[in-house]
Amino acid sequence: MARKGLLITPDLCIGCRACQVACKSWNDLPAEKTKNNGTHENPPDLTGYTYNKIRFIEKVVNGEVRWIFVSQRCRHCGEPACVQVCPVGAMQKDLDTGIVFYDKNVCIGCQACRSACPFDVPRYDKQGKIGKCHMCIDRVKAGLVPACAKTCPTGAIRFGDRDELIEKAKAEGFKILHGEKELGGLGVVFALSQPPSYYELVENPQKPEKVVALGEMLKILVAKGLPIENSIIKEFLS
Amino acid sequence: MSMKLTRRDFLKLSIGSLVLSSLGINLEPVKAYAKELKIKEAKETTTICPYCSVGCGIIVYSKGGKVVNTEGDPDHPINEGSLCPKGASLYQLANNPYRVLKPLYRAPYSDKWKEVSWDWALDRIAKLVKQTRDKYFMVKNEKGQVVNRVEAIAHVGSAALDNEECYILQKFLRALGLVYIEHQARI
Amino acid sequence: MTNHYIDLKNADVILVMGGNPAENHPVAMKWILRAKKERGAKLIVVDPKFTRTASKADLYVQIRPGSDIAFLGGLIKYIIDNELYFKDYVVNYTDLPYLVDPNFKDTEDLEGVFSGYDPMKRKYDKATWKYQLDENGVPKKDPTLKDPNCVFQLLKKHYSRYTLDMVSEITGAPKEKILEAYKIIAETGKPNKVATECYAMGWTQHTVGVQNIRAFSIIQLLLGNIGMAGGGVNALRGESNVQGSTDMGLLFHTLPGYLPTPKAGDVDLKTYCEKYTPKTKEPKSLNWWKNRPKYIVSLLKAFWGDHATKENDFCYSYLPKLDDDKTYSWYDLFDAMYRGKIKGFFAWGQNPACSSANANKVRKALAKLDWLVCVNLWDTETSSFWKGPGMNPKKIKTEVFLLPCAASVEKEGSITNSGRWAQWRYKAVNPPGEAKPDAEIINELYKRIKALYEKEGGAFPDPILKLNWNYGDKHVDTKLIAKEYNGYFTADVPEHPVDKKAYKKGQQVPSFVFLLDDGRTACGNWIYSSSFTDAGNMMARRGKEDPTGLGLYPNWTWCWPVNRRILYNRASVDPMGNPWDPTRPVIKWDPQAKKWIGDVPDGPQPPLAMEGGVLPFIMKPTGVGTVFGAGLADGPFPTYYEPVESPFDNPLYPKVRHNPVAKLYATPEDIYVAKDPRYPYVGTTYRVTEHWQTGVMTRHTDWLLELEPQVFVEMDKELAKKKGIKSGDKVIITSPRGKIWAIAIVTDRIKPLVIQGKKCHIIGIPWHYGWRWPEDGSGGDSANLLTPSAVDPNTFIQEAKCFVVNIEKATK
Repeated sequence: MARKGLLITPDLCIGCRACQVACKSWNDLPAEKTKNNGTHENPPDLTGYTYNKIRFIEKVVNGEVRWIFVSQRCRHCGEPACVQVCPVGAMQKDLDTGIVFYDKNVCIGCQACRSACPFDVPRYDKQGKIGKCHMCIDRVKAGLVPACAKTCPTGAIRFGDRDELIEKAKAEGFKILHGEKELGGLGVVFALSQPPSYYELVENPQKPEKVVALGEMLKILVAKGLPIENSIIKEFLS
Repeated sequence: MSMKLTRRDFLKLSIGSLVLSSLGINLEPVKAYAKELKIKEAKETTTICPYCSVGCGIIVYSKGGKVVNTEGDPDHPINEGSLCPKGASLYQLANNPYRVLKPLYRAPYSDKWKEVSWDWALDRIAKLVKQTRDKYFMVKNEKGQVVNRVEAIAHVGSAALDNEECYILQKFLRALGLVYIEHQARI
Repeated sequence: MTNHYIDLKNADVILVMGGNPAENHPVAMKWILRAKKERGAKLIVVDPKFTRTASKADLYVQIRPGSDIAFLGGLIKYIIDNELYFKDYVVNYTDLPYLVDPNFKDTEDLEGVFSGYDPMKRKYDKATWKYQLDENGVPKKDPTLKDPNCVFQLLKKHYSRYTLDMVSEITGAPKEKILEAYKIIAETGKPNKVATECYAMGWTQHTVGVQNIRAFSIIQLLLGNIGMAGGGVNALRGESNVQGSTDMGLLFHTLPGYLPTPKAGDVDLKTYCEKYTPKTKEPKSLNWWKNRPKYIVSLLKAFWGDHATKENDFCYSYLPKLDDDKTYSWYDLFDAMYRGKIKGFFAWGQNPACSSANANKVRKALAKLDWLVCVNLWDTETSSFWKGPGMNPKKIKTEVFLLPCAASVEKEGSITNSGRWAQWRYKAVNPPGEAKPDAEIINELYKRIKALYEKEGGAFPDPILKLNWNYGDKHVDTKLIAKEYNGYFTADVPEHPVDKKAYKKGQQVPSFVFLLDDGRTACGNWIYSSSFTDAGNMMARRGKEDPTGLGLYPNWTWCWPVNRRILYNRASVDPMGNPWDPTRPVIKWDPQAKKWIGDVPDGPQPPLAMEGGVLPFIMKPTGVGTVFGAGLADGPFPTYYEPVESPFDNPLYPKVRHNPVAKLYATPEDIYVAKDPRYPYVGTTYRVTEHWQTGVMTRHTDWLLELEPQVFVEMDKELAKKKGIKSGDKVIITSPRGKIWAIAIVTDRIKPLVIQGKKCHIIGIPWHYGWRWPEDGSGGDSANLLTPSAVDPNTFIQEAKCFVVNIEKATK
């Protein structure tokens, strides 16, 4: 299987959030109790039960209002820092597809993956276990399209072989492909007509330097039965 | 036993781990993904979305009489497998903890619902309809024209019904003599 | 819709005005964005607020709620002044060349009203609203469009003062944006360019609702865009089966298939048929409604079966009759209920306590009932009205029933989308608990009432006892009902007048063309005839062939009438039958085979210019598209009037502020104000993607409630600053009729406008919420507690899109 990817085109997104609901429906994720915080965006952030959310960005450009909808989710890095730091092998990269997935049963909730993530993506459920986009790897392995891409009415989220998606986006005239080269190539690529900052995407994502070392240390801690404190991980990486 | 890791301990460990790394331990755990697809061997039923009027096709997957998944029908020419959030939430309409499961009755001046049987409720409604109809039925209007109607019973609904239900509903209401027959289309 | 959802991909220009498909019909955006991508189509959004649809627009124009006719009237003027109309289409296919009675007087002559206005009755005498007829009774025409009494010249005069300056002053939109929109739309007056329009309640919920839609229909006739692929005037309707429920006659004024409900003056079937069967002397008019007697007789046969005979007028007297001068619409109904005249009430799959304008009046009216039957999936603000805000259950006598029904996936039947596609759906699982399909509840009620009349007798029992009703005992077979509305032969027809073939009693009729007015056919709804024939259930078909490449999918389910996918498609060809735009041929005449190719044509007759040819608008006695709307209650041309509640004057007609025949009500709950300093802002209501209607089907769906959990109010930054309101603050909104709280969303997407030199602040509130659910009250209540019960004089739809309000930050 070739490396799989999602091509996200915010210019085609109508902010309907079918992707948020389809994700919850397929993955049996409960709704969260939310309130209106003066914006349509909800839930306010990714959580262990919200793997994919649409950010609603309002801007005034040359006197004209703009409303921009941008998917926030795991980018499925080619060299995923989260996998490298995970001391128990709960976070994994599927070698066939490049999808970064996880095994909740193995996760010990140390949250090192979030600290290591260049996009601050991983979140945790009420039991402290990891929950994030896994590109519906169960569907992909069965030859199906991930729930978000399947349900997207406008083609703002497309799924396919990563290389083909990138070719397609270039053929459609997109000059900026955020994620094509970043961090050695991400599984989730944004096709943009404006610079990444316009969409409030991380302009130049960086992987923390000491990720590999951190991962190995954490493994030792686990092997020794020592607890892992998040503050120390953060300090180590800073 | 509570063991707190100090900053010093941690840094000590970090040196050790670097050594490990140089020994060439594989840092990328590889585990084949193996989980059964939840719609495997489920019954597929096609339906049309009950929300807006676009008329998107949806496939309902069920097992043992329970809906296990719903998603867009890829063969449907209008939505081509896609859906909006309402259509995508159909699973929660089919598996909904808040549905009314038994006929409910609120007696005059009561402050609560009470569960009743279908038989009791339908018989009681039939009796009330007949009483009201018989009392207020107008054979002629004020001008003396034959009108054969009852204005004291009114009905609204419903665009949420199927065509067949709409048809027999208006047929039933008109046979009773109702003229106040309205529904969502008016508002 | 004249066209259908997929057809949006065939447009060159898509005007979204009075609708918001990205939020209310999101999958429609698939086709709109495809037109943009594949045809380079332009999307224009005209809306009081910058919507999610507007986020994808090539041009967005913000206008004041209720100012649509000013904007559209200006466009009509622009098209006429610059001669951008499609001349061949206009001359051949519309009434623009027709001469009007010289006694007709326009609003330009009479300062805001048409001839025949009676200010005491607030009603028009339409005697002068008619065409001039020649000695043969055929309307006189001037194909040069120069006669001062022709519809074209009257139209030109009517909109002569709708200048860019005037349109800008009324709408608040900048002139350059208005002009840019006009240029893009008017460009489609060329034969090979087509514009479409998508509207919804943004156009209907006004006291000039019908005229909003007519204004754009006139534009589409001027530009030759009706009947064309990618054209038409398209109502994106609100509910999955509101098209079907309307088709099936769940309205006071129509029986199934748009047959008028008989009135007291229609004393017998003959009188009814004479009154409602139009006649024409126009030689090339097909005048389809000439068939009305076949449809009403077949309907009566479907209702009362063998009891309906020629001798007893086919049981015509069993149909309840309306009083001639009275309406029984939604707001009349609740007015009568409020006045204590209605004793029993069914609210079937509806939540009027939240969906009705001036909802406080509805809630109070419910308390005057003796009994109330609600049928729903959940308990609603209507079924639990007696324990709602401000109610004291101990003082409310109403006996209330809440019957649990099945959801869509728990029963089998068809629903009809806005494109008129009737699509069959199947049962996946059983209903939960004791819930029953609605058809079974109806069946049970009918049978029990019938049994009571059989046993006890009572008032005029015949229509009940003799009703043709045989759909199953406990389980209702909905296919039997579908067969009935398709129609069947009630007697052997040895040689049918249409095809000379023999038909047996009990056979399904192949289509409405085969219906008869002598009692030998029964048909519950003539427009659904051909949906369930002897060949089977056409609504269940899943063929994916698309021979035209236009996305008509003729073998996918079924479409009324007779599977015609684009209405008025004879107007898409020239009088010789050649498509105006050969790249988008909906139909095309094959001169060799002497038949039409493509979509099911509006009548099989040859093209207009050939022998036996007919005019394209077959439902009209004239055979042409109607610009001069003589049948309307409020005038033959759309005219700009302010909303009933507006803080502004009408600069076009200073003496007539609002629609002079708008219907208003008179109970103490019906308060209307204008230019009142207590309510200085313009309120509007709308819907959002994540909820549906009063929210009953979405507030109970946790994933959707998560996305939009609470009632909000959107407002501009200037007003927010003035009122000390920040995004996320709780605010109180008041109107003359009620008040609600909401969470403020302060945004650049609604800008203050300058109207007639004065600042106009607009606030917008969704009407999806209600006190009953979420159970903790965290969602808030319905925006319809604020809206007025001022209604359109033609459709009787409420003006929920513009009313006056005030807003303050909540103190706690």
